[in-house]
Amino acid sequence: MRAIAALAFALVAAPATAQDKPAVPAEKVEAAVKAAFPNPAPEWQARLHPDETMKACSAHDNAPPPALAEAIQARERAKIEYPADGQFMGDWRRGERLAQSGYGMRFTDYPPRNPNGGNCYACHQLTKQELSYGTIGPSLLGYGRIKEFSPEAVKAAYEKIANPHATLPCSLMPRFGSNKILTIEQVKDLVALLMDKDSPVNN
Amino acid sequence: MKGSHLAAALAGALSFLLTGLSFAPAQDMDTERAIERYRQMLKEDPWSNPALLDADRGETLWTTPRGPKNVSLEGCDLGKGPGVVEGAFAELPRYFADADKVMDLETRLLWCMESLQGFNRADLVKRPHPAGGQPVKELGAIATYIASKSNGMTFAAKLDQPKEREAVALGEALFARRSGPFDFACATCHAEEGRRIRLQALPQLSKPEEARKVVGEWPAYRVSSTHVMTMQHRLYDCFWQMRMPELELGSDVSVALIAYLVKTAQGGEIAAPGLKR
Ligand code: HEC
Ligand code: HEC
Repeated sequence: MRAIAALAFALVAAPATAQDKPAVPAEKVEAAVKAAFPNPAPEWQARLHPDETMKACSAHDNAPPPALAEAIQARERAKIEYPADGQFMGDWRRGERLAQSGYGMRFTDYPPRNPNGGNCYACHQLTKQELSYGTIGPSLLGYGRIKEFSPEAVKAAYEKIANPHATLPCSLMPRFGSNKILTIEQVKDLVALLMDKDSPVNN
Repeated sequence: MKGSHLAAALAGALSFLLTGLSFAPAQDMDTERAIERYRQMLKEDPWSNPALLDADRGETLWTTPRGPKNVSLEGCDLGKGPGVVEGAFAELPRYFADADKVMDLETRLLWCMESLQGFNRADLVKRPHPAGGQPVKELGAIATYIASKSNGMTFAAKLDQPKEREAVALGEALFARRSGPFDFACATCHAEEGRRIRLQALPQLSKPEEARKVVGEWPAYRVSSTHVMTMQHRLYDCFWQMRMPELELGSDVSVALIAYLVKTAQGGEIAAPGLKR
């Protein structure tokens, strides 16, 4: 009985931290967010609150324990939509334009004047030509060449862009496909940018 | 004031240099070079920061009777007694019993403009931040003035009262909280060392050494948008990048994030108004 009580306590007690900070109940955080972004357009409501995966990632500082990581991975993998024609590669030239563009979904981007971009250069090095690249993600310079242009790597690149949590739970990279930032065709163009032999990524 | 003329001239020269550069990544390098030159000018003459023009404007706005009640803000208590501006910013955010809330500088000014001067809060929060090239709004100019009166001091907000500790904890939780279609949290961009977005360096704001270097520079003259940007405007802009809606001026989220940033930056020097890319 004692043991059960202790266990129950451990489950409900907020995680104690070294500095003994007051724990903030989740409802309080959500209520504060709701009040800080008053009257969002109905289609923006969903942006205010994290889904189950983001909740879990935030709660564990993006380092979920193994069982949770597995659950996240399975859930996110199931969300990947594949191209109907089974082709994973589009046009690398269009892909390069998407990789450059940070346009889309910001509150100044409505009504849309351009297609959404992927903004890959914000976080990744991709080509020798573009020197203005960020470093939140790894360098993807020569990506296709390094992967020997294998069909498995082509598919894996598609899946990574569509939903990075399917391979790395709590990745910092956006879920471009599953969150409907990019269309299936756009994801294919980006796969081509990474995996096409003629792409500047590989030359 | 002599400095103001010089600042005006420099602001003009600078906006000429940088017109149209704001969002074009290929020109980041030019912006960096322009800022380097600019920092040099500032070193030679500290009065040349164009933000000082806004601080002057803010001082006039602080002392002039205004609003439906036609009173000045000199009755406004920023924590050290009504009208005391010297060193007030260095001790914010703090808990204010009259409002029963923890407030940062801008939230407190909003409160004073509403309760003392009779301004309509809804009007003040409607378009609180300037568009690129436009001067900072009145509240921001006043904030620039007040912050300048703590220039050279160290952050000394205690943040040890129960409500203050709650605000810091809420800020910390918000900093790690991912949401929006890009799944971004503040931590996505600001919780690792030496990262950048394109060529823009990202300070690791969860780390005291780095927070101390940058948090005290706000409000700042932002070279790429040629105006003063306040801390609440900075957060509004980061939420814009996060694909979140418009952050409300004076919201508990704004206050909590600033309380967390200032707590992390505790002991750091205030160098406001600063100068940013
Ligand atoms: C917010 C930053 C961010 C953006 C924007 C971003 N990524 Fe990533 N990306 C990451 C991070 C972090 C990783 C490493 C973790 C992982 O593998 O999920 C990564 C990993 C990858 C990988 C796997 C690399 C490997 O190790 O095999 C690929 C491929 C990739 N990104 C492609 C893209 C493409 C294409 C885009 C543009 C549509 C993009 N990324 C946009 C952050 C980002
Ligand atoms: C997508 C990446 C991204 C996210 C997410 C983000 N920021 Fe930023 N933040 C930036 C960039 C880029 C800059 C620098 C902008 C510049 O150089 O003009 C910046 C600058 C700042 C600064 C000023 C730093 C300095 O050098 O003085 C603060 C403070 C800040 N962000 C706080 C936050 C907070 C709090 C959040 C969460 C609400 C957040 N940011 C989310 C990208 C981000």
